[in-house]
Amino acid sequence: MTNIASIPYFIPEIVLVVFAVVIILYDLGSKKTGGNGAAYLGLVGLVIAVITALVIGSEDRSLFLGMVRLDSFAMFFKIIISVATAATILFSVRSSELDPETKGEYYALLLAVTLGMYLMASSTHLLMIYLSLETVSLTSYILAGFLTHSPRSSEAAFKYITFGAISSGTMLFGISLLFGMTGTGDIMLISSKLGEMFSQGDVYPLAVLLSITFILAGVGYKIASVPFHMWSPDVYEGAPIPITAFLSVASKAAGFALFIRLFYSGFKSADASIDWSMMLAVVSALTMTVGNLAALPQQNVKRLLAYSSISHGGFLLMGGVLLTSEGLQAILIYLIIYLFMNLGAFFVVILIANEVGSETIDGYRGLVSRAPLIAVSMAIFLFSLTGLPPLAGFAGKWILFAAVIKEKLYWLAVIGLLNSVVALYYYVRIVKAMFLESSDDTESLSFSPGSLVLLLIFVVPTLLLGIYWNPLYELSRASLGKLMG
Amino acid sequence: MLLSAVIFLPLLGAILIALARHILGESGLKWIALIITLLTFVVSLSLYSGFNADTHEMQFKEERTWIEGLGISYHLGIDGISLWLILLTTFMTPICVLAAWNSIEKGTSGFMISLLMLETAMLGVFCALDLFLFFVFWEAMLIPMYLLIGIWGGHRRIYATIKFVLYTMAGSALMLVGILYLYFQNDNSFNLMTLHGRTLSHQNLLFLAFFIAFAIKVPLFPFHTWLPDAHVEAPTVGSVILAGVLLKMGTYGIVRFCMPLFPEGVAAYTPLIVTLSVIGIIYGALVAMVQPDLKKLVAYSSVSHLGFVVLGLFALNHHGVQGGILQMINHGLSTGALFLLVGMIYERRHTRMIADFGGLSKQMPIFAVFFMIATLSSIGLPGLNGFVGEFMILLGGFMSDSFSKVYAIIAATGVILAAVYMLWMFQRVMFGKLDNPKNQTLTDLSLREIVVLVPIVVFIVWIGVYPKPFLSRMEKSVDQVLQQSRSTAAVKAAAPAIVLDTTTREAKKIDE
Repeated sequence: MTNIASIPYFIPEIVLVVFAVVIILYDLGSKKTGGNGAAYLGLVGLVIAVITALVIGSEDRSLFLGMVRLDSFAMFFKIIISVATAATILFSVRSSELDPETKGEYYALLLAVTLGMYLMASSTHLLMIYLSLETVSLTSYILAGFLTHSPRSSEAAFKYITFGAISSGTMLFGISLLFGMTGTGDIMLISSKLGEMFSQGDVYPLAVLLSITFILAGVGYKIASVPFHMWSPDVYEGAPIPITAFLSVASKAAGFALFIRLFYSGFKSADASIDWSMMLAVVSALTMTVGNLAALPQQNVKRLLAYSSISHGGFLLMGGVLLTSEGLQAILIYLIIYLFMNLGAFFVVILIANEVGSETIDGYRGLVSRAPLIAVSMAIFLFSLTGLPPLAGFAGKWILFAAVIKEKLYWLAVIGLLNSVVALYYYVRIVKAMFLESSDDTESLSFSPGSLVLLLIFVVPTLLLGIYWNPLYELSRASLGKLMG
Repeated sequence: MLLSAVIFLPLLGAILIALARHILGESGLKWIALIITLLTFVVSLSLYSGFNADTHEMQFKEERTWIEGLGISYHLGIDGISLWLILLTTFMTPICVLAAWNSIEKGTSGFMISLLMLETAMLGVFCALDLFLFFVFWEAMLIPMYLLIGIWGGHRRIYATIKFVLYTMAGSALMLVGILYLYFQNDNSFNLMTLHGRTLSHQNLLFLAFFIAFAIKVPLFPFHTWLPDAHVEAPTVGSVILAGVLLKMGTYGIVRFCMPLFPEGVAAYTPLIVTLSVIGIIYGALVAMVQPDLKKLVAYSSVSHLGFVVLGLFALNHHGVQGGILQMINHGLSTGALFLLVGMIYERRHTRMIADFGGLSKQMPIFAVFFMIATLSSIGLPGLNGFVGEFMILLGGFMSDSFSKVYAIIAATGVILAAVYMLWMFQRVMFGKLDNPKNQTLTDLSLREIVVLVPIVVFIVWIGVYPKPFLSRMEKSVDQVLQQSRSTAAVKAAAPAIVLDTTTREAKKIDE
């Protein structure tokens, strides 16, 4: 579809841009009055973007001369990302970490990241993929360093930039190699071209392997897989908590969208010759093991959740190495569930940081007697992250492992399950502090009704999706659409 | 609907208590818990009266599609084996509620909620005929038990509860792989009923995947190390539930899954398992003998007794299996009673050390009588329940084709050892001089405590004198399990290799 003809199908993205600009203008005008106007403008922008996206529908269309694709797969991720962003905005309003003076550009930046993530989920051209990835990265750097008075936050931003620059440079190199070999940037064409070249034998498998590995550096950086995960604990710890929550969910989801599109549409034909899926299986096993083992000794809950989110990335990657639609379906389902339970856990971290002023496990001591509802909710999120029934995390784990075992990758399944035992140990440490230990402070904490309602928005799906997840199953199948061919 | 009602009544009670937490006082919540658990018991009695003993088929069946895409259904049903474990559970839980009446100092609502949720999970395990549903209940039990031990336990409760949870979770991780593997052999369905009669491949590995999970739960030597810790640190009620019902989930799993589904695995591992259970019998008894702590003594005696149960099951004949199942119930009753009694004396003296007692029978005659009955039942005195179970197990052991008589002979010495450690303990606690001044002021059992103990004693005597109603209802189901676990010959033909097969994986990729 030509550029002009594509614009009507691009309205959601345009809405985001417009609202980002509006927020900045609004902020200029209302600098003195303060308030949360910018945040609510951001929310309105997101809602309009989602509504327009739904109105436009998800009929398969290639936009902007093959740069971007509109399909049910992109739609799925756009909604997931929008929900995560909306939650982040609501968290930010409630977080006392952020300086109210600077909130205007903060929300504008959040919308800008969302735009980048929308594009990550729908790009089908190497150039567009790189651009969307950079849009997301650059804005995330600023957001991670948003607490200008906190050295930890600045350190986080600096580390993020350094790692980001290296991995995106590496990725760019991989892209250039691939472009040189195939002569095109369109990933569909690359797929057929690679298949052709392999069957005729006029390509060095090693060269393709190298370029895929280099590209993996960029993707792996986004989903924080080993060995590109080093940035994430420091960034997660230093960034404002809402941004940490955002990075751990939205950024990861967008990373997986990009990964699936690139590897399944682009490199699938190359798998027979260079077996990148096996390489990724090893990466997946390493990612979850490293993430879990590193989480074990953590005292800071934010950092603990950062490592746990690395290991969840490894879990998700298991679905990506199978080359089956069941595997991808499992990723999509797990992402929805992960969205609720992980954001919920981070929201509790925000509430506790506000009220208790602590991010360490010790700060959670005796929480059950001080704030029973919060403590029970946190326990639900944590047990769900562990994957204990009858909570949603269990459903996700079940579907994921079913897909893995169907492909007879038993070693990977066993490593994954042993990892869930390790995970149990460190999640339970927080539960232990909340329920089994007592604190010197015994006065009960009070939370605003708004916060409690927001909390329930995450608790209810975490409970219900563990008991009934047929709709998720259908949704994920529909969302995969024609992706698997 | 009857089974669903039995399973979810306690959960309903838990929700009710959670909602009424602020409205009603402590005693109101306790009454809710008691009424709900009694109601559950009464409803479950209609399972007993409506049970048809002439068939091995599953009864009171309920089946509804749950998650269609993955072949998961809400599928319940019971046979003569699960019937007894359900009744044991619904019988013990009100007793536990009553036993905990005065001993819970903090968080009564949380305690009762955990207890009721635990009951739902345990009942679900005994009723589920869908592997997914089974696994959900199996693991759902973890969280309430974690809290029961961790919040209301003794000094080292946190260590004990985490050890318990990690052990169980490690076992069930392997079982999950096994279940998912079975799913693909079962035409993408988790239905247990359609699994019967299929010749499954890789039975040995599957057997191990399931058996290790169950063996940890039983616990079979050498997986037993979590048990003494959990028992000692758990509150009385936690110990009663643990010994009374939770451990039976392991032996039940063996009867329901390992034996009928994987006859090849049964054949291959029987010698090993029987050896381990005999070691458990002797080891548990010897360690129990030297325990200075009453609760630890009873805990180790559990290891010994459950060794008997497993031995009986793997005798693979009618007497052995029936005895094993009966002994599950017996152990629940007698060890449950012992833990209750130890708890009662602990509430009075705040010590469980045998050395701190002596001559209690003079001060507390009623207590002594109950303690005597529970002790004798645990030893297996003829006329009480333990005798019937152990006798049948040993009879099965001597007649068994699956292992030599030597095992049965060694196991029989376990009965003697049991008499040694139990009677010696009884003598040190109950007889002798009442010279410790703290013991001279002890009060005898209250009416509530007597009400707690009497129902158990009734069943202890009943099963001992007239076990027929119990045995006759499990007869057909036991025969069915035995028949399925013996059909090795038919199975041996099919066993293709399914190690990670890279060549087919490659071939598939090229095809694509």
